[in-house]
Amino acid sequence: MSTIDHDAALLRAGAHVRGGWSAAGFLIRRYPLGAAGAVIVVVFVLAALLANIVATFDPTATSARNSLAPPGSVYWLGADFMGRDVYSRIVHGARISLAVSVGATALGCAVGVIVGLMSGYLGGWVDLVVQRVMDIMQALPLLVMALVMAASLGPSLQNTIIAIAIALVPNIARVIRSSTLSLREQPFVEAARATGMSELRIAVRHVLPNTLAPLIVLATAQLGSAILTEASLSFLGLGVPEPHPSWGRMLSESAAEYIRTAPWLVLFPGIAISLSVFGTNLLGDALRDMLDPRERT
Amino acid sequence: MAAYLVRRTFLMVLTLFGMSVLIFVMLRLVPGNISDILFDAAGFVDPKEKARLERDLGLDLPILTQYWHWISGLVQGDLGFAYVTEKPAVEEIAPRIPITVKLAVLSLIFSVVFGVPLGVISAVRQNTPIDYVLRVLSLSGLSLPSFWLGLLILMLFVRYFGFIPIYTDPPETLWKELALLSVPAAAVGFRSSALIMRLTRSSMLEVLRQDYIRTARSKGATPGSVNYDHALRNAVLPVVTIIGIEAAFLIGGLIVTETVFNVPGVARFLVEAVIWRDYPIVQNLVMFIAVVVVVANFLVDMAYMILDPRIKYAD
Repeated sequence: MSTIDHDAALLRAGAHVRGGWSAAGFLIRRYPLGAAGAVIVVVFVLAALLANIVATFDPTATSARNSLAPPGSVYWLGADFMGRDVYSRIVHGARISLAVSVGATALGCAVGVIVGLMSGYLGGWVDLVVQRVMDIMQALPLLVMALVMAASLGPSLQNTIIAIAIALVPNIARVIRSSTLSLREQPFVEAARATGMSELRIAVRHVLPNTLAPLIVLATAQLGSAILTEASLSFLGLGVPEPHPSWGRMLSESAAEYIRTAPWLVLFPGIAISLSVFGTNLLGDALRDMLDPRERT
Repeated sequence: MAAYLVRRTFLMVLTLFGMSVLIFVMLRLVPGNISDILFDAAGFVDPKEKARLERDLGLDLPILTQYWHWISGLVQGDLGFAYVTEKPAVEEIAPRIPITVKLAVLSLIFSVVFGVPLGVISAVRQNTPIDYVLRVLSLSGLSLPSFWLGLLILMLFVRYFGFIPIYTDPPETLWKELALLSVPAAAVGFRSSALIMRLTRSSMLEVLRQDYIRTARSKGATPGSVNYDHALRNAVLPVVTIIGIEAAFLIGGLIVTETVFNVPGVARFLVEAVIWRDYPIVQNLVMFIAVVVVVANFLVDMAYMILDPRIKYAD
């Protein structure tokens, strides 16, 4: 039925893999899809960080003469209606996507971890109240929640991050809570309590670090949804406002009208969104296999 | 069992009540109500006119009174008046619901028809090229924004058929309408089928590792019989629960897809109402979505309990 996977068995048993390149080679052989995801994510992050260097034009510079210029040697991926270079806008858009996805995920994780840890570790009525609030927040789909939040906070980069972060909280709080619940009963927590450690210190120093593996897996998975949610919000006109070049808004500007006349306006921003989400998803899957053996499939 | 039902129902009502408070408060946090938007658009503000409009719409009342008006009306089936069209909100919302329901059902059918069999194939052929291809395909399904997929489909239609399958006038027959809706349904369903496929695969793999599968194999059952008679029947159970998650997932997809395909359903209407700060529409629609999600999850739990007698709910 299944053959013994020696590499994985050794790795699980704590065998040391020689560091550096051979470790990288090992990971690539063991998780080829994850490695591909990592490459995509690195390219995406580099594009965001070096946007000023790799972009060939100012992303907001308009030029009426070059309106809807097709892809070519000057405008690599074409130009939009206002003559803005699509390639440069996509590269700068990576910045917005990265800022929103990392910002929202980090903020959502921070709040979710605090709430989940509190709820799981303290139990009792705190847990009861927190769980009901999470129930309420989870009764709305991620996008609807973010939509209403974004509308109520008003359109800005910062508010988009907050809106998505809030929508991500219940997911994270749930996972942290359930792992805290099982950790709370472990002998090492009892031992720490026996040595007279304060409850807060036990929660932060002993329980929290042990929830890290599922948290990393979950956070990577949320990155992809954060990118998608930002793109959807901006597409609907409720996300990141002008002048930031957001991938989602690039698509809404070009949507129905240019489908016939300028397909590059529809193709390339969508490829950018899909590829970056695909990369984080691949990476997230590989991380789950590595860090969370129970979920191994 | 009865006690469990009572408890679940109570929690469901509690969640929906909390949701109504949350929505109401969130919408009132908005800097600027519809009167601001209307007067901004007009370019000048006459404070007297603005105050009159706010009084007409009941925006000057204390927030608790406003909340009470909404909830007491909601319980009696009175949803208030839409700000933008000044028609009763029920008349605005009700005719749009069947369209979205048709679209959602089509998407669900699409996602189950593709998701479950492909997930099973992927699990049975674990770690073979076919499994890799299907996994990459499902992961890419989850990575494509459904509005972009919709735009791509529109683009292909324009290129190869020379027309856009977009809702313009209400279609004459039900079949025509379903045919028209099947295009956006495919865009939404592709994403959902990817989700179902992944979950079916992992559930199937879980079952294939069970002892009784080994027993079936060792007593000489054919691989087909093991996979489909023994394994799939049990693996499909958790997939039923997915429909609960699906409800939330689908609604997210419908919102953007209805916008792309210009489908006059409730999901697109929600976006328009949010942009216009049309409180009566937004709060009622969001409540409607919450009810759908919560009730779907409740029904799924019930179905699960009936389908799987091993599950016993305490208290």
